[in-house]
Amino acid sequence: MPDGVEPILDVTDLKTVFGTRSGEVHAVNSVSFDLKPGELLGVVGESGSGKSVTMMSLIGLLPSPPAEVRSGSVMFEGRDVLKMTADELREIRGSRIGFVFQDPMTSLNPVFTVGFQITEPLRQHMGLSKSEARTRAVELLELVGIPDARARLSSFPHQFSGGMRQRVMIAIALACDPKVLIADEPTTALDVTIQAQILELVRELRQKLGMAIIWITHDLGVIAGIADRVMVMYGGQIVEQAPVKELFRNPQHPYTRALLETLPQIIGARSKRLRTIEGQPPALHAHPTSCPFRARCVHAMDICAKENPAIKTLSGDHDVACFWDADSGERRDAG
Amino acid sequence: MLDNVKSPILKVDGLKMYFPIYKGVFRRHVGDVKAVDDISFEIFEGETLGLVGESGCGKSSAGRAVLRLYDVTAGSIELEGTQIATLQGDALRRLRPEMQMIFQDPQASLNPRMTVASIIAEPLDEHRKLGKSERMARVFELMDAVGLNRDFANRFPHEFSGGQRQRIGIARALALNPKFIVCDEPIAALDVSIQAQVVNLLEDLQEKMGLTYLFISHDLSMVRHLATRVAVMYLGKVVELAPRDALYENPLHPYTQALLSAVPEPDPSLENTRERIILQGDVPSPSNPPQGCNFCTRCPKVMDICKKDVPEFRNLGDGRYVACHLIS
Repeated sequence: MPDGVEPILDVTDLKTVFGTRSGEVHAVNSVSFDLKPGELLGVVGESGSGKSVTMMSLIGLLPSPPAEVRSGSVMFEGRDVLKMTADELREIRGSRIGFVFQDPMTSLNPVFTVGFQITEPLRQHMGLSKSEARTRAVELLELVGIPDARARLSSFPHQFSGGMRQRVMIAIALACDPKVLIADEPTTALDVTIQAQILELVRELRQKLGMAIIWITHDLGVIAGIADRVMVMYGGQIVEQAPVKELFRNPQHPYTRALLETLPQIIGARSKRLRTIEGQPPALHAHPTSCPFRARCVHAMDICAKENPAIKTLSGDHDVACFWDADSGERRDAG
Repeated sequence: MLDNVKSPILKVDGLKMYFPIYKGVFRRHVGDVKAVDDISFEIFEGETLGLVGESGCGKSSAGRAVLRLYDVTAGSIELEGTQIATLQGDALRRLRPEMQMIFQDPQASLNPRMTVASIIAEPLDEHRKLGKSERMARVFELMDAVGLNRDFANRFPHEFSGGQRQRIGIARALALNPKFIVCDEPIAALDVSIQAQVVNLLEDLQEKMGLTYLFISHDLSMVRHLATRVAVMYLGKVVELAPRDALYENPLHPYTQALLSAVPEPDPSLENTRERIILQGDVPSPSNPPQGCNFCTRCPKVMDICKKDVPEFRNLGDGRYVACHLIS
């Protein structure tokens, strides 16, 4: 990706807090990133790392209370999404920014036909007539590879298999030709052979339609095959960010390195024993004043307990938030 | 290889597990979901047999049927020479301590109202008559074995994380010193960094206690790490069974080939060069499987004979078995 390309989405210093009975949970802490046109940004992290909450905050999908976006800005097409009214947001959601969720069974409405659910955004956002919308819906279903599309419009979600349902979800997300597609664990609920079909479909659609995609997953294998750039999240923060090849070849953050080492591989040498990351993810009950990975980190130093490392650019497009220098094995020079 | 001829601890022959479908006011029997349809395999002492396949292929039903959690439709299951497929009541109950299960979802398989100590001690209360102090000593011993802090014995399951809950489930399964354990997707609900901890624990326990595992999973990379031999299931049938390295390096059945090629590899340079076999369509319904080979509706190498005859599950020597008309 050449420098100087204007990002389509620019997120700065995003903080999201949940109010719970046992105090506040700081789910997203000062997250900043951007998304360039046509790019596929992979977001990886464990459950509770804040990857989904970050993306939900972007487009105001979190119920408030308990959620509260405490600070930050999200610039999309020259406007700050976080400052928009509910009506303005509704105009953007589903038309300019599409969303695909993890479980297609719970995100489709079981009492409406698939045809109704695809034509709904078309009629809402694009003001198409009923018959125009139906024609477009058939095109969309054909685009995502559903056979006999015209007849399937009158089917209900339960009459589709899991993979087909996810294709329907993608068709709905693509209905209004969005500039950005946010996919939250879209293949996690699917079997591997069906996952392979969906990944192939997304590769094709990117070439045809050229939208920017944010792909949230915990599966580094999926990321390796599909992303241009990867963002690793831990404890509500971005700990590392790099182009996909660079990240897998030259991981810098101890968490990223450990994550890659714990994975057994399907080809190549087989390790005798799996590497583990001991301990548990942090609880996020207070605003972090130290590195969130400290307790599980094999390279933790005194400074890690005192300060939370800021994210710094190492070289080119590779950012990392860590005091430890993977190349020298010592503390990174200040500055 | 002569000293390697171990006796199988479990021998399954022609196992069928059908779930009947009833319809109408009179609950007429109109058909069966053929979850497990005529499978045969052996598990040798101290080994791990990986059982892989996609959701709905019958791998969990097979695991449960083998433990006699169901009344099987047909076939024989021999556990250390004893026929258990037809045992009932007390006779079956006396054998239960020999064979245990670790479940997928530790949230659902642990009683939320029982403390960790009473969960782990429940099998002891049922099958052994231990004094109070003996019982607690055994509970502590088990908690140590699975890496749980003894101080947590009086806590409830919700106070633990997913990985720790799975350790409680493992301790319960070990309570009666079983020989054979069915692990039904024990790591599927856990985060990647926690999965490795549980897998290492299972391997340590196997080495220490000489356990035999049937490891059911859809995670092919993890099965490659753990298993001695691997069986691949598709729509109620075992389509291929082979020693681990043979299966992963040279899969013979077209389904195994497609399944392995679909697993994403965490390495972008390999990912872009690998050849992918993308299967078309979905798995047919097990209540109405296709005629001939079950895989013939999606197989990229389908022939005429596949749509007529069911391929035989053939022994190719060297511990390899495959059910496909392409291989003769």
